Amino acid sequence: MPTMSALNVSVWRGAADGRFETFEVPHSTNQTVLDVVTYIQRLLDSTLSYRFACRVGMCGSCAMTVNGRPRWTCRTHVTKVAPDLRLEIAPLKNLPVIKDLTVDMSDFFTKWQRAKGRFAPTKTRSDPVEKIIPDSQARQAADAGIECINCAVCYAACDVVTWNPDYLGPAALNRAWTLQNDTRDGDQRQRLRAVAGDAGCHACHTHQSCQEHCPKNLNPTASIAGLKAAAFRAALTGKL
Amino acid sequence: MSGTWAYIAQRTSAMIMAPLVILHLVVIVYAVRSGLTAEAILGRTQGSLFWGLAYGLFVLAAAVHAATGVRVVISEVTRWRGRSLNLAVSAFGLVLLVLGGRAVAAVVL
Ligand code: SF4
Ligand code: SF4
Ligand code: FES
Repeated sequence: MPTMSALNVSVWRGAADGRFETFEVPHSTNQTVLDVVTYIQRLLDSTLSYRFACRVGMCGSCAMTVNGRPRWTCRTHVTKVAPDLRLEIAPLKNLPVIKDLTVDMSDFFTKWQRAKGRFAPTKTRSDPVEKIIPDSQARQAADAGIECINCAVCYAACDVVTWNPDYLGPAALNRAWTLQNDTRDGDQRQRLRAVAGDAGCHACHTHQSCQEHCPKNLNPTASIAGLKAAAFRAALTGKL
Repeated sequence: MSGTWAYIAQRTSAMIMAPLVILHLVVIVYAVRSGLTAEAILGRTQGSLFWGLAYGLFVLAAAVHAATGVRVVISEVTRWRGRSLNLAVSAFGLVLLVLGGRAVAAVVL
């Protein structure tokens, strides 16, 4: 790849009380933000900590704050986000920084569990396979949110998570909504209980920052609206 | 769970208030444009079941809506949550209800 010019890259170093450190990295065509971070770690400072695995937008481990916005770095092209060749790369917001670009994801995943974001089977392997009608309303609602890669970009983009650290957040609630629409799942009443309330769907302001930033173009806001309506109905009919 | 009921109260009160706000604005514009005196206004409202119900409902919805709204704002801006906050905002809603109720009584009774 021909080198065209140099990028000016500020990278967060240390934990929450850290600071930005500047590096100069050669710019090349089709370079991703993850390529830039990897270049720094391999050739300029091997003590830089960051995460990645698949490099193709599947594993959800490479999210960082790039020029102020949360993004998946392996599929973010430098030219798209830094036309002036200046990059500021920081850890994701709303999660405690461990070191440099790595954050502690425990809260994020614990909240998936709190939201009962786990399939509860109702059948065993000896039962016949359940027929799923692909164009049923429920299946389409589930399909619309199913491609989440757990990258926490939406979680970092959500102001309500910042204001209320107990808030389950867009990803966990989106996951809960896909399961509420899965006809094979047997835990829907308990799950609706788990996601209703002040730390759950009712805390959402519907300002759609999650949807705007989700690299998979999912719409957690719509899923949360579905949960709000379901909780509303369940409460009025005494089923919550 | 209490969060779900607070949410239901806030949304329902908003739905009730929306048409009543419009009615209230129409009443103001009508009264000002036709130059009604205070006596003429009271003449229309006193003893009127319609105005008593309309403004009574408005005051009730506004009190519920303000209390549930303040509850959300406080819980997001501060760390104050739970029972004590619920009690405090209920008291606030009650004050609004009493003040508004007195105003409605003054023009209707
Ligand atoms: S729409 Fe709701 S979940 Fe999404 S960013 Fe806004 S408050 Fe957070
Ligand atoms: S909903 Fe989108 S942004 Fe949020 S974790 Fe899933 S893939 Fe990432
Ligand atoms: S490295 Fe797997 S999504 Fe970016």
